[in-house]
Amino acid sequence: MRYAETGFSLEIDLSRGSIEKVESDPRDTELYLGGQGIAAKILFERVPPETDPFSPDNLLIFSTGLLHGTPAPAANRTVVNTFSPQTNLMSHSLFGGFFGPELKYAGYDRIIIRGKAPDLVYLYIHNDKVEIRDATHLRGKGSTETGDLLKKELKDQKVQVAAIGLAGENRVFMASIEHNHASAARGVGVIMGDKRLKAIAVRGTKDVNIARPAELFETCQSIQKKMAESKFNGDWMADDENDSFHHNHFAWGNARTRRKNYWSQELQERWTRWKYDHMDRQTGCYNCPKKCRNVINWPGRPRFGYKCFGKDTYHMAAFLELDFSYEILGVAQEYGVDSYATPQVIAFALELLEAGILTDKDFPGMPADSRGRFFYLLEKIVRREGIGDVLANGVSHAAKQIGNGAEAYDHNTTKKFEQLPIKLGKLNPAYFLMIATGEKMSITQIEGSFPQDPLPTREQREEFVSKWEAVPDEKFKKYFLEWEKRNDISDQATCEIVDWNEAMHYIDDATGLCGFVSSFNGQFGGGVAYHMNNIPQVISLATGMEMDKERLWKTFKRIRTLVRAVNVRRGLRRKDERPPEDHWAVRNEEYEQKLLSKYYAFKGWNSEGIPTRQTLEILDMDYVADDLEQRGILTVGDDASARKPSAEAATI
Amino acid sequence: MNAALATKTVKEIKVDIDKCTGCRACEMACSAYHAQPRYSSINPAKSRIRVVADEINDEYVPIRAGDYTPSECNGRHIYTIGGKEYSECSFCGASCPSRDYFVEPDSGLPLKCDMCESVPPLAEPMCVQVCGTDALTYVEREEEREEKPQPKRGQIEIGLESLVKEYGIEAVIASLKQMSKGQ
Repeated sequence: MRYAETGFSLEIDLSRGSIEKVESDPRDTELYLGGQGIAAKILFERVPPETDPFSPDNLLIFSTGLLHGTPAPAANRTVVNTFSPQTNLMSHSLFGGFFGPELKYAGYDRIIIRGKAPDLVYLYIHNDKVEIRDATHLRGKGSTETGDLLKKELKDQKVQVAAIGLAGENRVFMASIEHNHASAARGVGVIMGDKRLKAIAVRGTKDVNIARPAELFETCQSIQKKMAESKFNGDWMADDENDSFHHNHFAWGNARTRRKNYWSQELQERWTRWKYDHMDRQTGCYNCPKKCRNVINWPGRPRFGYKCFGKDTYHMAAFLELDFSYEILGVAQEYGVDSYATPQVIAFALELLEAGILTDKDFPGMPADSRGRFFYLLEKIVRREGIGDVLANGVSHAAKQIGNGAEAYDHNTTKKFEQLPIKLGKLNPAYFLMIATGEKMSITQIEGSFPQDPLPTREQREEFVSKWEAVPDEKFKKYFLEWEKRNDISDQATCEIVDWNEAMHYIDDATGLCGFVSSFNGQFGGGVAYHMNNIPQVISLATGMEMDKERLWKTFKRIRTLVRAVNVRRGLRRKDERPPEDHWAVRNEEYEQKLLSKYYAFKGWNSEGIPTRQTLEILDMDYVADDLEQRGILTVGDDASARKPSAEAATI
Repeated sequence: MNAALATKTVKEIKVDIDKCTGCRACEMACSAYHAQPRYSSINPAKSRIRVVADEINDEYVPIRAGDYTPSECNGRHIYTIGGKEYSECSFCGASCPSRDYFVEPDSGLPLKCDMCESVPPLAEPMCVQVCGTDALTYVEREEEREEKPQPKRGQIEIGLESLVKEYGIEAVIASLKQMSKGQ
């Protein structure tokens, strides 16, 4: 019997209309756990690096995490992986809610989708009954509207739906996949739309089996209790109305303008009233006691849910206030667009207009006010009309297409992907490495275990580390105790800190645990619910596999290195690993490049950022080393050198 | 004939639907507690508590499995509470053919909440224990009632009775005979 996982994948070919239930290899679970770990292996093995993201041969994989469906609280983040037309690299996307656990109860660990349907379809999964059904009647429907319509059509309120809106149907690069009020961002809706898959509706009524039942249940109950009671878990922004942090420190507009004293008590009171006058409730995801999502019912707009910084992105890009975000978020949710990237694309376009690179002719009929302009451009983008057709390719591609100096306004992307609008003074070495080398495309998907900045006094730091349960090794306490200035920390410590931050995200994304109770919240000290010291036990009790801290760390390294190999095969190299040039005002190229080299060496990668044969063999991935050598990416017998990339970046 | 007065402990689970976040931890825990062996498998479809959730309408109502009914009602009320419409089904705990709540998915037999009665007893039913938002709370109170002797019925009788209601006694006897031949 397989424990915690079902042992089956669902293979769908939309071109041929075929559906297969395929048993998976338990050895893959031991090596890659599940979720993004196994998805990376599938993408490595089955999608040749020359494959265009819009080819029918590109795969779209919806994965459950290894702990989905077990009693482990907050194990509910579904992972979506594919190759992105924006970055030409592996897309990393997650969404909360109920979809993954439901898929596991239906008897599948993942859905692997290839091909393209002749016209819009949806996939209906009810245990062993799996059908590709016509979805032409859902064309143009909003994403949560689609979920609602399918529940009625299938006469089943418990069915869980993940759907694209108009943006996905029109292959907008920023298109998201929406599930209830949860959203899969970072460029996966575009591929779902390209495959003409409007939605997946899943319902499961099967058992998920547990290896050591009573012990796991007891362990999970104590984790759940702690999670429920502790402020170190969940989204602090759900309840703390003081959001001066983002508004005073992050950049507004097209990631340009700091407004250091923006926040005020009067503003906070006004915004708090807007929130509570229109908030229906706060909701949670499957089997999690936290309530991170605020559900807002704004007059005349679709009901929507948001969490964290998602409430700030639109009004900060538009130089407006919270009421504007509340007005547009429901509309954006129904169209299905990434709420981090989309406002930046719109602000970028308006900046080009201001600079005279684009002119009024490019925006026929556009209103004069910022509010009206954002709505206007959102419509143009999701319909790919006029200038919207260019903007729908994201800032980086749009800048190249527009030309005429527009490239200079593409100042906040890394690997062609929109980054958080952060413009600071002095460099933070760990953040330099994380933004440069992260392959989950956003700082939020790599940071989170080690604090962002030092605390001012030794006493404060001692107090902090005294309750810091998440540290996998005492050395991290020492690093924090001795850290006084942001940019003054040893390179070795920086490498280890980045590695720990990254480890937690890779483990979460393989097990399905939520970052708000794990990878993102160790940085606040105190008692985050999941960490390196207890996750191995939970995995072991749920699955029956042997697991301890060392083994789990090695598993992280294996998955992380495999993701790097997947992207290296598609052309990722050292030159691509640069944070936006203006991310910090004070830069030192020589120091940064030395640090990057040290980090590559620390990771077991060569000077181009390519994993060496020795590294791959230690991580039981000889097959990856063989492949990289056959392709000439690694040279036989020369671990230090790398050849030309095998695939050029995708052209539009 | 006068029945004797007796003091009875009434167990209640109070539901505050404004506090429900729709997380369904209650469903997870119920299915775990009632699994054989205990906690060995998780399957919310086997839970005796379900959260009726409709995100579009902001509706979140945990309901607990009550009695089996062989047919749907002939007309349902629609309640408007606080400006939101709720179907009567959203509050109904019946194991009913109109939906697949409170029906064991493998056997088709009805499921009924037993308040997690066990030896030794739990301090609170499992669904209440795992509710992190206090949407579910447990109360016990004493109540004086006329005592009507009720025969104790086991799970087998309850199950057989539902099968008889569904298929008729002859079909059930025929099936039992058929099954006994195979033993």
